[in-house]
Amino acid sequence: MSGHTVPADFSEHMLDLDEDEDLEVFTKNTSLPDGSPMPNSPSSMVNQYRLEDDDEGQEAVNTKDIFVTVDHPESQVTAIETFVLYRVVTRTTRSDFDSSEYEVRRRYQDFVWLRSKLEEKHPTLIVHPLPEKFVMKGMVERFNDDFIETRRRALHRFLNKISEHPILSYSQHFQVFLTAQDLAPHRKQGPGFLSRVGETVRAVANSVRGLKSRPEEFAVMQEYVDDFSNKMCCMDKVTQRIVKEQRVSPVSVLSLISCVEYVDELKQYSPTYARWGELEEELTEPLKGMASCVVQCSKEAEEHIQHLSEVLVPALHEYVLCAETLKAVMRRRDNIQAEFEAKNEALLTRKVEQEALQEEVDVLADRMEQANNSLKGDWLRWQRSMKTDLRSAFISAAEKNVEYYEKCLAVWESFLVSQRADSSGGQEDVA
Amino acid sequence: MIIETKSADPNQTIFSALSCACAENRQQSTLPAQLTAAAAAVLWQPITMADSMVERGTALLRKLEINVAEAEKRTGKNTVNMQETYTVYLIEIRPAETEGGTPAAPDTLWRRYSEFELLRTYLLVTYPYIIIPPLPEKRAEFVWHKLSADNLDPDFVERRRVGLENFLLRVASHPVLSNDKIFFLFLTEADSRLKSLSAMFRVKNPDKRFTALKQYSDELNTVISQLLRIRARVADRLYGVYKVHGNYGRVFSEWSAIEKEMGDGLQSAGHHMDTYAASIDDILEEEEHFADQLKEYLFYTDAVRSVCRKHELIQYELEMAAQDLVQKKQQKEELATGTVRIFSLKGMTSKLFGQESPEQKESRLAALEQSIQEGEETVKEKNTECQEFVRAAWDDIERFKEQKDKDLREALISYAIMQISMCKKGIQVWSNAKECFSKM
Repeated sequence: MSGHTVPADFSEHMLDLDEDEDLEVFTKNTSLPDGSPMPNSPSSMVNQYRLEDDDEGQEAVNTKDIFVTVDHPESQVTAIETFVLYRVVTRTTRSDFDSSEYEVRRRYQDFVWLRSKLEEKHPTLIVHPLPEKFVMKGMVERFNDDFIETRRRALHRFLNKISEHPILSYSQHFQVFLTAQDLAPHRKQGPGFLSRVGETVRAVANSVRGLKSRPEEFAVMQEYVDDFSNKMCCMDKVTQRIVKEQRVSPVSVLSLISCVEYVDELKQYSPTYARWGELEEELTEPLKGMASCVVQCSKEAEEHIQHLSEVLVPALHEYVLCAETLKAVMRRRDNIQAEFEAKNEALLTRKVEQEALQEEVDVLADRMEQANNSLKGDWLRWQRSMKTDLRSAFISAAEKNVEYYEKCLAVWESFLVSQRADSSGGQEDVA
Repeated sequence: MIIETKSADPNQTIFSALSCACAENRQQSTLPAQLTAAAAAVLWQPITMADSMVERGTALLRKLEINVAEAEKRTGKNTVNMQETYTVYLIEIRPAETEGGTPAAPDTLWRRYSEFELLRTYLLVTYPYIIIPPLPEKRAEFVWHKLSADNLDPDFVERRRVGLENFLLRVASHPVLSNDKIFFLFLTEADSRLKSLSAMFRVKNPDKRFTALKQYSDELNTVISQLLRIRARVADRLYGVYKVHGNYGRVFSEWSAIEKEMGDGLQSAGHHMDTYAASIDDILEEEEHFADQLKEYLFYTDAVRSVCRKHELIQYELEMAAQDLVQKKQQKEELATGTVRIFSLKGMTSKLFGQESPEQKESRLAALEQSIQEGEETVKEKNTECQEFVRAAWDDIERFKEQKDKDLREALISYAIMQISMCKKGIQVWSNAKECFSKM
């Protein structure tokens, strides 16, 4: 393990001062579609989480003492800007909370603030990622209902991941985020920006020096993270291709076209069969039957696509972002180690200021040890959580596929039954 | 006609000999000329099809050069007021020889395939004893794995252009057809008299059943064609969806290598994804069978159509014979009574040049009487022929209808069975995959 340079990605460390993350283009609709199924009681909130078969999941649900929901996005229009406010509702039995119920309004920026604070305090813990600022490939309709809903769900997941984390859920910042009616005064406090700058500078300095040697377990971790990130990106792309409209290179003769286009073509059958049915006498019934079958099957297909978009796509995308988070965490850990090593070397080589340096080295050594332990502990937790989440998403997708085929099967079987009933008999049964 | 052969070329000798034989047997006078041309061809440079037709030297082709030069896409509203895209072909007419050597600008006009069809039908009816040259095929085949497999495909259009040019040249080089006025107008006048013509040669009292049958046949043709087109596109898309899942297989497999707990589950799920992706090939092949069954009835509609046309022809002949008879009877009446009811040249001449002698009148009356009798015989014959045709044809049509209903119903049922099989395969694969995920 010879030392290799740790590239410092400044964007991760710099506080994002960009104010237009959640700026709205003029939306006239300010309300969510009616019939929002947000639960209002802790017990019904429990149903929101996928009840797992494995023990850990069960345990988590049983001992959960804080429940957070994100809902009711509303456009806010001021003189300067337009943005979306989300309602955050907290129900808890924890003693360090003054009350058992809180309702506050937060915008995307506030979530960003929370996350950066959490990362600052716990640089080597794996803090769940937020949904992206912008959606990919310059989609024009970035602030339409679908986008807002997708973002809302991701924000909801984010807060729930934090509340499930054994360390992060007890963070002071988290509590403030959930409870303070006005977050603004809290956001201005603390070292915040300046400390981040300092950290960045140090990071630069250390990267120049490079890392002496990475402990075995972290080297393995790094390798895994790189591979995992790679696989998640592939999965994400493949799923997008199945669901959304994306074409492969124009060179390919058979471009891999999506479910959406399949359904569009499928729908064309129906009016043609209907037209044919009008032309015939004896065949009118079966032809109309065909038309109806096609309509039903295309409905099922559309529902299926919708489900994939709502469950599988966001899950995979989330873990693409997680992979990036992991990389950042690894880098920060590396930097902490690098800092220690730098100071340690200074201690060993310089003859003067030994006492002062020794103190500093000790502090850094402690810091490093704490960082490593945090990461080690959190790593296992994250892996379990990842497995649970992705497994659940895949199972759900597989189930939906089975359901889709079962429904289509029923459609065609009933068509068959109706035809056999009409015909004069003598048809053989089909296996 | 004796041709002295100077060359030792065996082909030329044969052609020449044939040429003499034909002349002796008093075949069509053009045949020896054609053989002579062929003989000449063997000796001298190779000649194109067009050239060889020109060689046959109809009056028309001596005057004009005919080309179908280009093809273009157009969009417009069709007879049922639906938007459609079709191809038009450019007919170019040039004077065959120009004095002074400068080629004249061609006269051009655009015509679509259906207009060619109309012309051919007109020729069929007008010259029932002549073998009318065929048109190139109406539609492209329905191949699902080609991207553009329809009448607008450039290769198909090009082949059709050549075929249409060929058709025009065949007609233009035909000793009888080339003199047809309507054909000439087809080449030269944009105003389509053919449309009104088709009303002209249509029968006056069409059998309603046949009219309905023809209409049904045309509509069935349209509907099945459309279905086959849609089917090709759907198959293409479905293929894509299934094959993309093959990517899942690959990624799962690679991913399983880096996971400890999830590894096995991912690996086996990946296999199922591969199976799923591969299953589409069999599925689509089974579907081809259904497409073939539809195609058979698509081609059947052409056969039905031709029976309807034959009936039209027979009916038309009957009506012509009857009309002819009526005319003759009227002439006789006029002659007998001396009154001119309808304008006729004969009537006019007798007025202008004086009455004819009683003997002349007698002989003319007798001739007419004879003609009328023959005419009545003809009408009787044609009538019987028509009735026989209708009876026999309609028998077969009823049989065909029954067969069609039975066949197509069975085809639809087997399509449903196929869909069920496809669904069952899907359920199987995804249930297996779900199990693998559950075990992760």
